[in-house]
Amino acid sequence: MQRIGVFVCHCGSNIAATVDVSKVAETALMEPGVVHAEDYQYMCSEAGQAKIAAAIQEKGLTGIVVCSCSPRMHEATFRKAAERAGLNPYMVEIANIREHCSWIHKDMEEATKKAVILMRAAVAKVNLNTPLQAGESRVTKRALVIGGGIAGIQTALDIADAGYEVDIVEKTPSIGGRMSQLDKTFPTLDCSACILTPKMVEASAHEKINIYTYSEVEKVSGFVGDFTVDIRKKARCVDMDKCTGCGVCQEKCPSKKALSEFNRGLNTRSAIYTPFAQAIPNVPVIDREACIKFKTGKCGICSKVCQAGAIDYEQKDEIITEKYGAIVVATGFDTINLDKYDEYAYSQSKDVITSLELERVMNAAGPTHGHLERLSDGKAPKEIIFIQCVGSRCSDDRGKPYCSKICCMYTAKHAMLIRDKYPDVNVTVFYIDVRTPGKNFDEFYRRAVEQYGVNYIKGQVGKVIPQPDGKLLVQGSDLLDNRQILKEADMVVLATAIEPNPDVRKIATMLTASIDTNNFLTEAHAKLRPVESPTAGIFLSGVCQGPKDIPETVAQAGAAAVKAIGLLAKDKLLTNPCTAQSDVLLCNGCSTCENVCPYGAISYEDKEVNDHGIRETRRVAVVNNALCQGCGACTVACPSGAMDLQGFSNRQIIAEVDAICR
Amino acid sequence: MQAIINRAKELLADGTVARVLGWKAGDLPYNPEPAYFETEEELKDFVYNGFCGANLSKYMIEASKLEGKTMVCLKPCDTYSFNQLLKEHRVDRDKAYIVGVGCKGKLDIERIKKQGIKGIESIEGAEISDEAETLKIQTIYGEKTLPYADAMLERCHVCKGKEHMVFDEQIGESKETKDAERFDEVAKIEAMSPEEKFAFFQSELSKCIRCNACRNACPACSCRKCVFDSNKFDSSQKANADSFEEKMFHIIRAFHVAGRCTDCGECSRVCPQGIPLHLFNRKFIKDIDELYGEYQAGEDTDSKAPLTNYTFEDAEPSIVGKRG
Amino acid sequence: MPLENKEFKPKIVAFCCNWCSYAGADLAGSSRLTYPADVKIIRVPCSCRVNPMFILRAFEKGADGVIMCGCHPGDCHYSTGNYYARRRMTLLFSMLDYIGVENGRTRVEWVSAAEGVKFSDTMNSFVEKIYSLGENVRLGDLRCKQ
Repeated sequence: MQRIGVFVCHCGSNIAATVDVSKVAETALMEPGVVHAEDYQYMCSEAGQAKIAAAIQEKGLTGIVVCSCSPRMHEATFRKAAERAGLNPYMVEIANIREHCSWIHKDMEEATKKAVILMRAAVAKVNLNTPLQAGESRVTKRALVIGGGIAGIQTALDIADAGYEVDIVEKTPSIGGRMSQLDKTFPTLDCSACILTPKMVEASAHEKINIYTYSEVEKVSGFVGDFTVDIRKKARCVDMDKCTGCGVCQEKCPSKKALSEFNRGLNTRSAIYTPFAQAIPNVPVIDREACIKFKTGKCGICSKVCQAGAIDYEQKDEIITEKYGAIVVATGFDTINLDKYDEYAYSQSKDVITSLELERVMNAAGPTHGHLERLSDGKAPKEIIFIQCVGSRCSDDRGKPYCSKICCMYTAKHAMLIRDKYPDVNVTVFYIDVRTPGKNFDEFYRRAVEQYGVNYIKGQVGKVIPQPDGKLLVQGSDLLDNRQILKEADMVVLATAIEPNPDVRKIATMLTASIDTNNFLTEAHAKLRPVESPTAGIFLSGVCQGPKDIPETVAQAGAAAVKAIGLLAKDKLLTNPCTAQSDVLLCNGCSTCENVCPYGAISYEDKEVNDHGIRETRRVAVVNNALCQGCGACTVACPSGAMDLQGFSNRQIIAEVDAICR
Repeated sequence: MQAIINRAKELLADGTVARVLGWKAGDLPYNPEPAYFETEEELKDFVYNGFCGANLSKYMIEASKLEGKTMVCLKPCDTYSFNQLLKEHRVDRDKAYIVGVGCKGKLDIERIKKQGIKGIESIEGAEISDEAETLKIQTIYGEKTLPYADAMLERCHVCKGKEHMVFDEQIGESKETKDAERFDEVAKIEAMSPEEKFAFFQSELSKCIRCNACRNACPACSCRKCVFDSNKFDSSQKANADSFEEKMFHIIRAFHVAGRCTDCGECSRVCPQGIPLHLFNRKFIKDIDELYGEYQAGEDTDSKAPLTNYTFEDAEPSIVGKRG
Repeated sequence: MPLENKEFKPKIVAFCCNWCSYAGADLAGSSRLTYPADVKIIRVPCSCRVNPMFILRAFEKGADGVIMCGCHPGDCHYSTGNYYARRRMTLLFSMLDYIGVENGRTRVEWVSAAEGVKFSDTMNSFVEKIYSLGENVRLGDLRCKQ
């Protein structure tokens, strides 16, 4: 029989205001195995933990139940406290009487009754607990960063500067990401390339950083400290070692009709291309869909003109398998598809563009070489209308429920830059709210209004109607003046909502990292662990976690790096002892468990067994504790009940069920 | 039958097999039972007729541990069970010499009795070689006749087919006996109201005496130790009382064999209380076929079982009740 | 038999996976989103840890409803656990329906760590359903009832 102590926490008034804590403690004393029960204001405090330690020692407790907040909050705290007092940490169970009880119920009697039942279930479980020992696993001192935008670059630089090897995997032919597509950055109006390029160069030159561009993560297995990742290095058809980056191939390439991804499809590029002039690595790739050689078998001009002999049409995709201790996701974002927003005439008129497209239009390396002009006829616009929140803060399923966060600021930037360079152009912004929290942000916005005379109208645009003369008739409302507005414009710019890169779902599945309904990766704790995924060893950097601007992204990238460094700095990690165990005498050797194990942790061995005097060799399941993550899939697949999960055994769960239904 | 005996003698004589697993006559004309034969002498008791319904594949679990090969007589439907056991590493293919024996449908003595034929002394027409479509039954009340099909086990009316899924050699012809749809009975229950369903199963399961005959005969229910006998779930040694215990046992039993049950029908055949236990297993088979694609356990030894497999698009559990 | 003069207070067991649904329940709590106290949560590492035996056991011991919550398909912390759980529960629920147990007594809902609102909405609607079904007499072990 266990000697169990029950500790009921008031959590100030968080629990005690709704649950009669002393009654819970009193009732606990009537439960089988309970030899001690007390309540205290803050069990998690030092004084509270001291009470637990004292009771363990004085009463010789073999197990404890803490009735408090969620085990996700303080299970580790109480386990450590028990361990310090000489009790096996796995002899601790938590009854969650805060999140699952006091915070959601109002009636004291009802909440107290429920708290008592939750306490009973925990006592029933702890009666069946057995001491467990955590094992150890090694840490591979190498990090993987998925995504080579500013978030990924910054994370990689920070990890590498701490002395650890880092690999960056970037899907496109160059690192740089969205930031490389921007013209200027708010609120200081620095040239984006001018501040990004040095970081790109630094990353590529860093001796600890290895960059795989035009590559994708294909498979992830393993667990914190010991991930094994397959990276598909797509065939570039250009030998990276031989290529000098002279660019002649791109000039001579006769296929020039492929849409430039970098310029958002506003102009075209050659079939062999580097996305932009400052690309890193400065080695082109052949777009097989567009390449004449690949389509018809004839051509081969690039190969002929390449002095270095770097062109290799036969190149195949290569799979690189590497081990990592930590993985940082920095997959970034894209703008949403505007198919569902017909009213803005995006697909009907070339002069309705997204803000990211405007970045390219205003950039000297863009499709118009930096001249502000209409994409339909090349004429200089005189009247430009910006529409905010296109697809953001949307209550129906056409768009996104969240605020994309960066649009108010970049629109102010665009408006300001246009008014600065082309003072004769009128700029109007339709907005729902202007949101500019951030250092020097509101000042920036006010300058746009006050100094640059940008016309801000509070109200939404209902429709953009392309006119026969090429103008765009914008129909909107002014909520402050309470009037309808009909205004002709030469260009309309849509502040299109951003969404996580569509690939992130696939990556999250591979990493078993959780993801929310908007495809943003979930953090381990919204406030206290914002750069960690709930999946150990996975860290979040940049917009993959939620909308953010460049300074925030860089800050978060650094934070994710620090968390990864903290992990890599350890030589060994303690493993979860709550793993599956097979009872050799009950095992049928049928392989069913092996078939459902996601970790390949189960294998079969021929073992000599002594089953009540019958000695025979049997094929039985053996669990590798280092690989088992304790999901329990095998325990249900096993028909004979030979497979059981330590810490969540069949009998423990049944004891909880019984206690609740009692 | 004689052809099987002759072949058995040869295989024993030339040392190919160490023993023969077949059936021997019982004390009544209609209750032959599984038996091992180790010598030519013993084979005189060997029988194979319409009453040899017992599925011998499960006996191969133990026979696989014995020295030498065992010649095992498997009817077409039994070979599915053997394959399934092979897939689960419970039998050793190298220890079995499988003689696929012909089958023209197996007889159900309870069904014969239900048709008013009692006091049976002998039965003619039950031999596999008999061409007759009618059974001639001598009873203490005189001779009675019964069409063969009217005396068949339910499972033979929905026969999976006359092909052996695995064998070393085949002896005897098999006959097509299927004249009903396999899932009709299940569909009929599905169409009942919840009250009717409950009343139906309540009345059937209340007959259960927990004798475990179903468990013992079932080739899929072959755990070394049943969960209902172990202390792993606090489910052992429950009183064989009325009410929920029986339901729990039969639901869990059906669940444990879901995706593994070949629908051999032994559970229903051996139930001394005549409970149509196959209705549980067949419900799962029907669901699996409908929800996850047609799957016949024992058809092969390498396909993924439905419960160890999944697709992203699988039906949600809420489909239950929505299907009408 | 339900006692007519006694107010019906259902017993409802909710199995929640540690990574998504239990966290979703925590979020419902910290967001003060109420649902009836009849629901008691049992934490399991993953929905695939839920053995049909546990569900039947709960009914045997007098539960009036059993609900299982897990990560959304595709988001399982253990990558595939909820897929197996989904098939298992579909078959089990189908069998319970087949033997005449009201299918509203069992439910599976996928609740992420971010869906506190969904957790509380789910529990509210499930409890309401159980109230409408009344006491579980078909699956309860009558001998265990006081």
